[in-house]
Amino acid sequence: MPQLDPVIWFFVLGLVAGVARADLRLPAAIYEFVSTILLLAIGLKGGVELARDSGGLPVVELGGVLLLGFVLPLPAFLIARHVGRLSRADSASLAAHYGSVSVGTFAVVMGYLVARGIAFEARAPVWVVLLEVPAIVAGIVLARGTGSDVAWRRLLRELFLGRSIVLLLGGLAIGWAAGPEGVEPIRPLFFDLFKGVLSLFLLEMGLIAAAQLPTLRRHGLFIVGFGVLVPLAFAACGALLGSAMGLSPGGVTVLATLAASASYIAAPAAFRTAVPEANPALSLTASLAVTFPFNIIFGIPLYERLGAVLAG
Amino acid sequence: MEQYPRRLLTIVTEAVLERELVTELEALGVRGYTITDARGKGGRGTRKSDWAQEGNIRVEIVCETAVAERVAARLRERYYDHYAMILFLQDVSVLRPDKF
Repeated sequence: MPQLDPVIWFFVLGLVAGVARADLRLPAAIYEFVSTILLLAIGLKGGVELARDSGGLPVVELGGVLLLGFVLPLPAFLIARHVGRLSRADSASLAAHYGSVSVGTFAVVMGYLVARGIAFEARAPVWVVLLEVPAIVAGIVLARGTGSDVAWRRLLRELFLGRSIVLLLGGLAIGWAAGPEGVEPIRPLFFDLFKGVLSLFLLEMGLIAAAQLPTLRRHGLFIVGFGVLVPLAFAACGALLGSAMGLSPGGVTVLATLAASASYIAAPAAFRTAVPEANPALSLTASLAVTFPFNIIFGIPLYERLGAVLAG
Repeated sequence: MEQYPRRLLTIVTEAVLERELVTELEALGVRGYTITDARGKGGRGTRKSDWAQEGNIRVEIVCETAVAERVAARLRERYYDHYAMILFLQDVSVLRPDKF
């Protein structure tokens, strides 16, 4: 067992309480509130740093990250289809979930690196924004083709106006406009309380993950194997791309973590409406009950070492 | 006090459908509806409301028989195969017929 960040213990607490069916439940409004603070805090922090170094955004790097989002679903789809022998819709759904990202995992890696004094690129929240949507679009194309039976206009509107993108970009813009001094008055809520809020978020994530375990038992070994091995392979892709683009060791770690993480909010919602024949429980269970815990407990320390080796 | 017969159509389904459903209902001539968060258990397992992704909603519509039947037929055709959805109809009485 690696040395765990205290915040991770809150996840474990939620998981154990959920499995034991303890009388513990955070109201939905609290979860929304807590995740709103996390998203804004991540955006603000990035925006403030961007305002400080004013180096601008490297177009090639951002293009590379965007491309990663489109490319990752393909191998995931092929593995699910040919190794897992899943239906086309289910394979595409898994591909979309695993190609897209989890902001929760990003918050954990951010906390992990900050706690160890490892610097990473301030524009990292922009990578999150860039990686969220392409894989979902690619996944829907894998399931449906580019035909007209998908309401693309509405779908894209909902994807781009999803909570996480609006709050991350909004936070970035506010942080950038306000600058380091400007955000001083709001620092206590968004920066000083970050770890505490993250703890509450992870407690709820533990409860949610525990609720997925019965489904996990039904789908068995393939999902567990997929949920661990695909993120490891994707982390390697993200890390290699990051080091090729000359990111810092911390930046390589973040990009590897993002590539390894799997969506559990944007992708399930989009697939539920666009590809309803895909089994929503399958992808959500893999993402929440296998990959999220794996990444935050075992993955991130591993990706940090990967970053140090590749870019150190 | 005079009362007028109408139908109460209740739909229980996945929260993720809310937006789409509302557009659909309005296109089918529904003039008003009430939506509440719901949780419970059915053919597709336990559905909790404490996490938006997995929650249910209950949509209640008071309308004329023709509208209720049109909505029921459309929802059955479009959503029954792939979504957790039930709907049922009841007779109700209203005081202001022009509203429904």
